[in-house]
Amino acid sequence: MEKFTTVSGPAAPMLSANVDTDVIIPIQRLVGTGRTGLGPYAFERLRYNKDGSDNPDFVLNRPQYRDSPILLAGPNFGCGSSREGAVWALMGMGFRAVLAPSFGDIFFNNCFQNGMLPIALPEETIRQIATETEAAQGARHTRVDLARQVVVTPDGHEVPFTVDARKREALLEGLDDIALTLRMQDRINAWYAADRAARPWAWESVER
Amino acid sequence: MPATMFDKIWDPHVVADLGGGWSLLYCDRVLVHDLSGGRALQEVGEAGYKVARPDLVFATPDHAVSSAPGRTSETFPTGARLLAGLRQRAAETGVRLFDLGQDGNGIVHVMGPELGIVLPGTTLVCGDSHTCTNGGVGSLAFGIGASELRHVLATQTLPQKKPKRMRIRFEGTAPPGVTPKDMILAAIGRFGAAAGTGYAMEYAGSAVRALSVEGRLTLCNLSIEMGAKIGMVAPDETTFAWLAGRDFAPKGAAWEAAVKAWRALPTDEGASFDRDLLIDMRDIAPQITWGTSPEQVLPVTGRVPDPAEAPSPEKRTAWEAALTYMGLTPGQEIAGTKVDWVFIGSCTNSRIEDLRAAAAVLRGRKVAPHVTAWVVPGSERVKHEAEAEGLHTAFREAGFEWREPGCALCVAANGESVPPGARCVSTSNRNFVGRQGTGARTHLASPAMAAAAAVAGAIADVRQFAA
Repeated sequence: MEKFTTVSGPAAPMLSANVDTDVIIPIQRLVGTGRTGLGPYAFERLRYNKDGSDNPDFVLNRPQYRDSPILLAGPNFGCGSSREGAVWALMGMGFRAVLAPSFGDIFFNNCFQNGMLPIALPEETIRQIATETEAAQGARHTRVDLARQVVVTPDGHEVPFTVDARKREALLEGLDDIALTLRMQDRINAWYAADRAARPWAWESVER
Repeated sequence: MPATMFDKIWDPHVVADLGGGWSLLYCDRVLVHDLSGGRALQEVGEAGYKVARPDLVFATPDHAVSSAPGRTSETFPTGARLLAGLRQRAAETGVRLFDLGQDGNGIVHVMGPELGIVLPGTTLVCGDSHTCTNGGVGSLAFGIGASELRHVLATQTLPQKKPKRMRIRFEGTAPPGVTPKDMILAAIGRFGAAAGTGYAMEYAGSAVRALSVEGRLTLCNLSIEMGAKIGMVAPDETTFAWLAGRDFAPKGAAWEAAVKAWRALPTDEGASFDRDLLIDMRDIAPQITWGTSPEQVLPVTGRVPDPAEAPSPEKRTAWEAALTYMGLTPGQEIAGTKVDWVFIGSCTNSRIEDLRAAAAVLRGRKVAPHVTAWVVPGSERVKHEAEAEGLHTAFREAGFEWREPGCALCVAANGESVPPGARCVSTSNRNFVGRQGTGARTHLASPAMAAAAAVAGAIADVRQFAA
């Protein structure tokens, strides 16, 4: 997994409520494809005109946000389908952090699995960062510092945030969850042995 | 201390406390499907791990399979490759596969409970957000992403943060035309698409107790559309009677022990919820969505709202975009809106009761000539049961296509889609932009409402279509 320490750049404002993972990446782009190469299809139903040209009204098509590493989003961003391709597509577009008032639970977990940092901040803070960014036409940057757990807004205000200690460490170090869990194999085995005795009904009819 | 059903299932499944509210949770069952299952099994091996407990993993192709009558696994070529991968990896790892056309195959959240793979008091994960459906039998079930799925397959466990507890009580009796789909859509409309984010949801109250297992599965299915990964209904005699004798349900003495354990699962009197909400069934009418989020929903007698009245700038932006996409005008009556397609199916509403309810509206009536109407049963068993009852004939005589089991037009990952600009009344769970196909306009409703729309050729009030 890619490490995350700090990210800095113009924060692209897309402040609509309930942006779902179907909109972030259509399922048709994930049928039989891999984790890479999805960037061009991110938000494709909003991003392109019917003839395939860029839709100039779509905020991420504006020149100042084309290489933006930070997405400012509305409440419940990433709701809906569990498709991890939503994270892969956003990363394929160059995003490393999403700042929103709230996130879909599954999307939120999927972010951490891929070195993407989702940060929940109050609605007013998101709007403020958007206002400051837009006032400078994207020329002034937002900075996300995971080690210090602060977002520095374009006007220099420091906004603290918290990330679960476990997730923070994994992002900073780029750790693999499976290897960590398998260190607890004895406890997993012990749990199963005890539960097998306590709840034989849960296991007998499926074990082989 | 009084405990919720959620805590009674979660706590004993904790293998290790990881600190900060995180637990390593044992996963009793894993369901995988064609879209991500083959690759997940493959990646576990490639990373140098083994599938920890293949006996606890069950596979079914559903997402990327054609629903066309007479289909084979080759009908949709892209899906054929995914299914070939799933077959190969399942065989290599010893995972049970319920293959296309075989008994037991179907939409993953239909076949799981149907085969008794999903049981009360168990934990279940699947790489699909509608895994919450399975809470309808009292399982603690939730959807996960591709990385989490790989982790579960390799370890049979998953690090998870314990969610908060939320309950919605539906009290009273269902008014005419009101189904479990209307109950949950009304709840999402009232509380919002993010109301359940960070919570495990329990549905309770007299109206929930009165529901069949099929109805409870529908209710729990849309938990994720309210933001909740987990939705549950306490198991009771209805559940036990429904599960008894199913393929992977315990038998004999084990069944007796199971039922004894399951009777202790319901939330104790006095247990506390972080959020506890009440809905009076008298306030619910048949529902239909107008926008591109399930929270954008109305009683069928309602009018399309004006974005000027949206509660926040972010919602106003969303409402405006939704109206443009859906081709609707603020203030217009939603009933009477012309419909081009009707889809009855999906893990929400493709079970036998759903098909009976739709067929009851259709008997003696015809689908409007301009409407393309599909019914896609949720599983091989649902299909055969429906055919034994003659439901397929009722659908066909009315002008519906009777198709083969799968997710089909709910997610349009199988080469089938609603055409651009076409308006579809759908019994599925998501009215998202492009969900049923690029430019497709989706209105979510119950099976009976969908049948009524097919006959009227427009969004219609099912109460005017008494069987």
